[in-house]
Amino acid sequence: MSRTSHSAGARLARGLFTLFATLAFSVTSRGAEPIKFGEIESMTGKEAAFGQSAHKGIVLAVEEINAKGGLLGRPVVIVLQDNQSRAGESATIAKKLASRDKVAVVLSGAISSNCNEAGPVLQNAKVPFIATTATDASVTGAGNYVFRNCFVDEFQGAVMARFARENLKLRRVALLTSASAIASVNLSKIYRKTFTALGGEIPVEQKYSEGDKDFRAQLTAIKASGAEGLFVPGYYTEAALVCRQARDLGLNIPIFGTDGWEAPELVAIGGKAVEGTYYSTHYTSENTAPQVVAFVKKFRARFSGEVPDSMAPLAYDAALIAAAAITRAGTTDGPKVRAAIAATRDFPGITGRTTIDAHRNASKDAVIVTVRGGQIKYVTTVTAIEP
Amino acid sequence: MSEFLQQLLNGLSLGAIYALIALGYTMVYGVLRFINFAHADVFMVGSFIGYYAGKLVPEGTLWGGFSVLLAAMLGCALLGMSIERLAYRPLRGSPTLNVLITAIGVSLLLEYSGQVFFGAAPRTFPPIFPSQNFQFGSLTLSSNQIAVIVVAALLMLALQFIVHRTKIGTAMRAVSLNPRAAQLVGINNDVVISFTFGLGSALAGAGGILYAMNYPSIDPLMGVMPGLKAFVAAILGGIGNIRGAALGGLLLGTVETFVSGSQWSTYKDAIAFGILIIILLFRPAGLLGKFTVEKV
Repeated sequence: MSRTSHSAGARLARGLFTLFATLAFSVTSRGAEPIKFGEIESMTGKEAAFGQSAHKGIVLAVEEINAKGGLLGRPVVIVLQDNQSRAGESATIAKKLASRDKVAVVLSGAISSNCNEAGPVLQNAKVPFIATTATDASVTGAGNYVFRNCFVDEFQGAVMARFARENLKLRRVALLTSASAIASVNLSKIYRKTFTALGGEIPVEQKYSEGDKDFRAQLTAIKASGAEGLFVPGYYTEAALVCRQARDLGLNIPIFGTDGWEAPELVAIGGKAVEGTYYSTHYTSENTAPQVVAFVKKFRARFSGEVPDSMAPLAYDAALIAAAAITRAGTTDGPKVRAAIAATRDFPGITGRTTIDAHRNASKDAVIVTVRGGQIKYVTTVTAIEP
Repeated sequence: MSEFLQQLLNGLSLGAIYALIALGYTMVYGVLRFINFAHADVFMVGSFIGYYAGKLVPEGTLWGGFSVLLAAMLGCALLGMSIERLAYRPLRGSPTLNVLITAIGVSLLLEYSGQVFFGAAPRTFPPIFPSQNFQFGSLTLSSNQIAVIVVAALLMLALQFIVHRTKIGTAMRAVSLNPRAAQLVGINNDVVISFTFGLGSALAGAGGILYAMNYPSIDPLMGVMPGLKAFVAAILGGIGNIRGAALGGLLLGTVETFVSGSQWSTYKDAIAFGILIIILLFRPAGLLGKFTVEKV
């Protein structure tokens, strides 16, 4: 057989296979309408790293669910919507997901301010909503359809205050708050309360707005205040620039922040300036627990060797919690799925055993990490206080 | 006292960038009597040219840094001249409002095609110039801040030279004074206007590089806020007046920095723009602008 006719034969075979595969797929999909998981992410813009990472976690979870035959005999599809990290977009997207796409649940790895826009919309539409990394207390206040799969800032702010006072032995710590991000404002409030209760002092609190790029003025004032440390409860784009400009100004005091710092861009933008900084987060891939090791291995195999940060496993866990709830409810009916998610007890997640409490929050341990040699290194774990 | 000096330095380095962008607004206004809103996005393109060109040269060398700066200035000059040729020249002679709206259109076109071509996520600008910190007593100066102030000052001096000491500069001033009379004495208005756009855009390109060196996270919408501030600076100094634009930029940057460093940091833009309103109430033509009665 000549080369050309061989390849023509192969092409014919492949074409037939595709045809049959398409037919087979259309038969099953006609029999079983897919279950839609709505997803609101910051895939582009200022917080793109959160969305990119969380989305990978959800893709991994959904692929695993479908490999095991889907939910209630139906395949699961993700309806992904990008809020471009912009205020005002998430509410519009939530409306579209609920009314046009008729999704069974909505997941979101976006920041608290964005989740606060989507929450009330989904509450009214009776679509269960799990925020995967939104830590501000107000998020689940939207109503009984809104859940979260991470700790709240009451815990995180106190953890960092305690860490600064007891581990870093600092007495005077300045605050640099993002005035336009609700989580940042509340974190500073909680930090101040805990830190002063521990005998610390806040000499100065400076503010900035999301999207600002020049922090030299605030940092100069902080330097003049004689602070021994600086707490920056903002997001990574600003945090990295804050560290750079602080070092440029010769402000060489410990700088530390919260889970909003967690993104590869922190080191990419911050470079040498973020060396030795600390932040609190939800998970570390250095954890040697078997489920974490297995997850890191799966994640790296699926996403060309990338090591997951904490946004991915939180989103992965949230997708599986939603899936388990739909299985237990035996339906995709909003109120029944909501009740099933609320009844989640001891779910074995990558980020720890998850129980949804009466306030629809998940109490989880916090991990403190540091940047060393351009790598994120584990420092310590702070156990959640049982409510 | 040292805090005051440090804040003054911070303010001057921020203001120098505003001034560079403001010069482009003011020059175009001088010859064409309209605000080129696309100017802020030419500034953005400048820093993206720097981002890609910065990958071709070794990091942290002087010649590398200056060649990136030159590439961005040339690229932006070409971009500015083609914008003028394609979008504004066909509208020459039509009401200013038409051109103004076209300028907003071009601005949005650049921003959103930027999101398609460069992606919407912020990029990290490479450290193209060598960087070092200098300590003067309790005062700290980074080489980037010095570079901003020095490069901006040099460019403004060069601009002053071009406008006042060269033939094309004289032609620019003539067109600005009276386009029809300029044409009568043999000046080719199209060439002069094209040159003005090229020159203004080159300064915006330089501004883009200097801005990105100091704030190394760049994205396609990064021009919006600095562009608005520079526009305010141009009005503040007296639109159409080159020295006024430089003064306005430095003033705005310094005020903004001092407010940021105080307890009212969240009001910094409100206070900066409030000052604009107050100055315009008392001096409607801006600080250095001359108030002229419109000829009928």
